[in-house]
Amino acid sequence: MGDVIVSMEHITKEFPGVKALDDVKFNLRAGEVMALLGENGAGKSTLMKILSGVYSLDQGSLKIFGREYPSLTPNTARDAGVAIIHQELNMCKDLTVAQNMFLGREIRKGVVLDNSAMEEIASKYLGELGADIRPDESVGDLPVSKQQMIEIAKALSVNAKILIMDEPTSALTSREIEELFEIIRKLKKQGCGIVYISHRLEELSHITDRVTIMRDGHYITEGNFTDFTMDEIIAHMVGREIKEKFPRVECKKGKKVFEVKNLNAGRLVRDINFSLYEGEIVGFAGLMGAGRTETTRAIFGIDPKESGQIFLDGKEIKINSPTDAIRAGVVLAPEDRKKDGLCTKLSIRQNIALPNLDIICGKGGVINSKKEDELCEKAVEDLTIKTPNLEVDAATLSGGNQQKVVVGKWLARKSRVVIFDEPTRGIDVGAKVEIYQLMNQLKKQGIAVMFVSSEMPEVMGIADRIIVMCDGKITGEVSAKETTQNEIMKYATSFENKISTQGQNSKEEQS
Amino acid sequence: MKKKSGISKIMEAKGAGTVLTAFIGLIIIYIAFGLLNPKVFTLLNIQNLLRSMAKYLLIGIGQSFVMITGNIDLSIGSIVGMSAMVSATMMTKGINPVAAVLLTILISMVFGIVNGYLVGKFKLPPFIATLGTMFIARGVAYIVNNNRNTDNIASGIGKEAGDTFQNIFYYGKTLGIFNTFWIALIIFLIFWFFLAKTRSGRHIYAIGSNVDAARLSGVDVIKTTTKAYLVSAFCSSVVGFILCAQAGMGNMDAGNMYEMYGVAAGVIGGVSPLGGTGILLGTFAGAGIWQTLENGLNLIHAQVGLQRIIIGVIVVGAVLLDVVIRNGNGSIKRKKK
Repeated sequence: MGDVIVSMEHITKEFPGVKALDDVKFNLRAGEVMALLGENGAGKSTLMKILSGVYSLDQGSLKIFGREYPSLTPNTARDAGVAIIHQELNMCKDLTVAQNMFLGREIRKGVVLDNSAMEEIASKYLGELGADIRPDESVGDLPVSKQQMIEIAKALSVNAKILIMDEPTSALTSREIEELFEIIRKLKKQGCGIVYISHRLEELSHITDRVTIMRDGHYITEGNFTDFTMDEIIAHMVGREIKEKFPRVECKKGKKVFEVKNLNAGRLVRDINFSLYEGEIVGFAGLMGAGRTETTRAIFGIDPKESGQIFLDGKEIKINSPTDAIRAGVVLAPEDRKKDGLCTKLSIRQNIALPNLDIICGKGGVINSKKEDELCEKAVEDLTIKTPNLEVDAATLSGGNQQKVVVGKWLARKSRVVIFDEPTRGIDVGAKVEIYQLMNQLKKQGIAVMFVSSEMPEVMGIADRIIVMCDGKITGEVSAKETTQNEIMKYATSFENKISTQGQNSKEEQS
Repeated sequence: MKKKSGISKIMEAKGAGTVLTAFIGLIIIYIAFGLLNPKVFTLLNIQNLLRSMAKYLLIGIGQSFVMITGNIDLSIGSIVGMSAMVSATMMTKGINPVAAVLLTILISMVFGIVNGYLVGKFKLPPFIATLGTMFIARGVAYIVNNNRNTDNIASGIGKEAGDTFQNIFYYGKTLGIFNTFWIALIIFLIFWFFLAKTRSGRHIYAIGSNVDAARLSGVDVIKTTTKAYLVSAFCSSVVGFILCAQAGMGNMDAGNMYEMYGVAAGVIGGVSPLGGTGILLGTFAGAGIWQTLENGLNLIHAQVGLQRIIIGVIVVGAVLLDVVIRNGNGSIKRKKK
């Protein structure tokens, strides 16, 4: 077993209002693959951002190759040999492979770029990886798997010895995963240490030597991969007590309001079937990238549907645009407030009124200011949006209040179905409870509520029924009262097994 | 203290602060020129000033609508020229002026629709789409009378009708002020109401502020974009009539560069070319500043070159001032926290 090349002790990192990391330790040895596991928000990314110099650490010590780094910048981290292979690949699509690999550190002869030298070095490293990529190809023409290899080659070309891979297989096919694993094994032999972040627990067995498990910003455990069973790993990942109290209200389940049949829309929405009933909140759980947001977008008519039917109160409805959905009575409070939810340059009044102009406009589309005032003031009051007045620019509000505006603009309408996509992300506890109460209120009014959330306790605390998605498919449906976090996690990580037993064999050969 | 910041936020949110600054600037510039040459204060000069300003106001309204949606319309100047040429050509052929005006407006509106669809539906960069229609409209202006300026419009519709046309759009006065200004003022009031008080106006702000959020709120982006381009095409065609009436004939190069004058009038008045912010009152102030400068610099006999330089400095300065003020506010707020 190799020497310890990264050693992080007592790492603490605070962001305003949250302790993202609390006394975390992490170590990595040369020539091993260390899987870093944890739920969304466990602190994996924050920890790796500290290791790569993106964030500074508040407390603790960080040693790379035995040398202490009290403050690390992205540049010193790179010089120390740390490289991240990003989940969303950071490449200039119109530049060539060699241009991308040498971006920011171009080789020059005098003032002129030395293209041939750069291409030569690029092909040398690509060749070492056994990748069939020409250095003068433009990156945008290559599939994601090849782009990933370029990132790896780039890392090697700057002499990186510590490679951080964040969900490297999510966009790859089984053959490409095989190739990637082959490369990872090669890198191991060369003495590189690899931090492997993935939710695909099944795949870990093919390459992982050791695991570190984190939860809610804390270090939980580490050890040899073979010493754990899958169930133990899941238990460590989710094994938190649910301390928070959720304001659940009981309602009688009424008639079916909304039904989605065989919905398909791209890779992350495959054959989705579900129904929503009066008097219940249906939670959608899953890990990041499970396809929940994509499903809401397809239902709401933002992204095109490939196939599928949608029924409202027993009648089929056609939704080809958000306008269709709103007219039918289906509304969506989207995930990304800044991007999809708010017009940040406009006032609260204008934001809340925007989807309701059909209600507050008189003849000829003239806005009735009195009605507008009433509607907006009621929304601000009902949702206790903290603001001096309606004219305040929406961008100046706090996250929680912005979210309330996003939600508030839909509540003035008589809707049949309200879809919330991550409504509590990034807002404080008080505001969260208010959002829960709002959902409960809708539930009592017989409005069907679809509640997408990545935070398991809140889904289990608020929803009545939970649908779990993984990789674009519904993999399980459970009753919130009877289920456990472990059960949900198991469904959320039930990826299709992309890799055949061949991978297993080669692993056995190695060990 | 809190209340005060609320009020200043209103000013910021609605762009009212910038508009106020623009009007104060307008008054200062006007008085400054008046001190240099008292002719500036004469009734005759005020009348002329308002008449000349009308063109910039109209063109500014059109460009402001498009800028508030976060786009730009380069075809405006060419549509002015096309409108002048098409209407003049029709009148020299003896077509009734009313019919000529209505038909010309219709043709201009077609350009507005094309711009709106190219940008809104086909997602062409507005700079490119309207660059294309700019050339096309100018081409139409040339072709319509066989690559020549037209004869005097009176040659076709007769002296009486020709005079009436010229009086309505340029030479006539009502209540002591030239009709040109009244026309611009009426159009200004209509579109001010449209932008500030109607559903469509609100949609225009929404797509300029955040097109994704607007679409998710049920705003029809294609229709709304097209409406903005229609407004700019309409305003441009009216400016075409004004230029036609002023000369009594159609000039193929009429309206050259006007699209940029429109940008300048809007920007000086606080309309952001990035979309989402600005009010038409600002454009009014912007057009006023523009015309006062031109007028004043003429009266103090400044060279044309110097006029351009000063106008250039003012355009950049107005925006720079806005940015500096805003950043300044931001840092003060942060310090207080």
